Amino acid sequence: MINTIQDVKKKFDVEDVRKDFPILQRAVNGSELVYLDNAATTQKPQAVIDALTHYYTYDNANIHRGLYFLSEFATEQYENARLKVKEFINAISASEIIFVRGTTEAINLVATSLWREKYFNEGDEVIISNMEHHANIVPWQIAGGRKKINLKVIPITDDGELDLNAYESLINEKTKLVSIVHISNSLGTINPIKKIVDIAHSKKIPVLIDGAQAIPHFKVDVQELDADFYAFSGHKIFGPTGIGVLYGKTELLEMMPPYQGGGDMIRTVTFEKTTFDDLPRKFEAGTPNIAGAIGLGAAIDYLNQFDRNDLCNYENELLNYATARLLEIDGLKIIGNAKEKASVISFVIDGIHPYDIGTIIDTDGIAIRTGHHCTQPIMNRYNLPATARASLSFYNTKSEIDKLIVGLQKVKKMFA
Amino acid sequence: MTIHELQENIVKEFEQYGDWEERYKHIINLGRALPAIGESIRTEKYKLSGCQSQVWINAKLDEGKIFFEADSDAAIVKGLIALLIKVYSGHTPDEILYNPPYFLKDIGIDKHLSPTRKNGLGAMMKQIQMYAVAFRTMLNKVN
Repeated sequence: MINTIQDVKKKFDVEDVRKDFPILQRAVNGSELVYLDNAATTQKPQAVIDALTHYYTYDNANIHRGLYFLSEFATEQYENARLKVKEFINAISASEIIFVRGTTEAINLVATSLWREKYFNEGDEVIISNMEHHANIVPWQIAGGRKKINLKVIPITDDGELDLNAYESLINEKTKLVSIVHISNSLGTINPIKKIVDIAHSKKIPVLIDGAQAIPHFKVDVQELDADFYAFSGHKIFGPTGIGVLYGKTELLEMMPPYQGGGDMIRTVTFEKTTFDDLPRKFEAGTPNIAGAIGLGAAIDYLNQFDRNDLCNYENELLNYATARLLEIDGLKIIGNAKEKASVISFVIDGIHPYDIGTIIDTDGIAIRTGHHCTQPIMNRYNLPATARASLSFYNTKSEIDKLIVGLQKVKKMFA
Repeated sequence: MTIHELQENIVKEFEQYGDWEERYKHIINLGRALPAIGESIRTEKYKLSGCQSQVWINAKLDEGKIFFEADSDAAIVKGLIALLIKVYSGHTPDEILYNPPYFLKDIGIDKHLSPTRKNGLGAMMKQIQMYAVAFRTMLNKVN
């Protein structure tokens, strides 16, 4: 078989990959940084940093406005980033890609816009799950102002899997939307999202997927999933902060009114009436995060060098290794033991508060997250005030996991 | 001893600990030595909202001086609380309000006080000062 240039993927080698991320070379508290908080945000490869620097150094101009060279060139790059995102998630059209600040803004956009369209009436229901991030809870609670959308919550099992029977029984004539996380940021559970979509669609209910944690882990194809909306953040896939994506099916986005008003989203404005521009600009009021979009495009290019399956397989290998090693620690319990799981591991240690764990290992340069991970309902579900969480990316190594284990053993000794 | 002297003592006390591990060990031991608070205090009413650890605090006025009792579910936070109590408990509202805690910076643990850290300790210091303001107002009214 003859491979085209695009088909030839770079062989994945973790030591090579680490060289692409300058921050991994830095020291923290006198030790080499061990960064295990990738579910919060990922580090940036040099290619992304260079794209941002290059844009601001040579190409900065406002887009969609000027007819001069720089403005047109900046516009081209911004729109080219949109095309990259379209290809990346296999959307039908680039106009289905709305640039937003991140997953949170994407969900707020949908909630607010659908409410304005009177798609929801007071007392209508949105189905979410017990493992949602606050970003997929609060927007629905505030969308209607004093009028309430009711949230129906799919329960989870002790292992951290969705109860799909309960999900089906929650659907009724008041259900207007299912809004569900693809991969849980606190448990690591990979939800059977295709099945969830199919069940909802069989009752003609659209589905929004919070893909913030899924997008960095594996290839997402919005057409294959038949997602109605798919939201994710650039900074969790090695891109800049402040840029994210809302994918929406054209017919839904067309029906929805603008989220914010301002420049660049209009066609004609008089004091009496304004008509709005076409998709996607209808939803991108004001000067957007041009550099951020270009940086996100660079992050996608970076990922596309590799066979995503290689990265995913390696992350799974790290997950299995870390799980086995963590369980060697006496009194350590992993929260979230779904059969399908991404490289996010929440844990608690008997008698030691996660805050203390995080503080002590930080002195050795090991960064993990401690707290409720913006998922308080799930902490309540397990009756925990907080957990410690290690989340791994493809640039992490087994030796970093070993350092975490040494750190945790030290914590155990201090609290013995 | 004045609040200033108490802070100086703590700074000196910490000078003997070379590395972080030693310092944290000492902080943890201070927390362990802190007298337990009553179950009636370990409730929502006395809880400070913090992101990462839970902190409970109560204060009483006795002959013009404020006495604090507090607790946390995290050992390091509890140790830091023990330090704050050592410095501020048993002083008048004015003394508390005119002497902010500089010792935390001097012993290198002021990062625990930053508002963004949301660990409850910053909230606890604020609460100590709020009690001082409230008791001062109360005392002024009585006089």
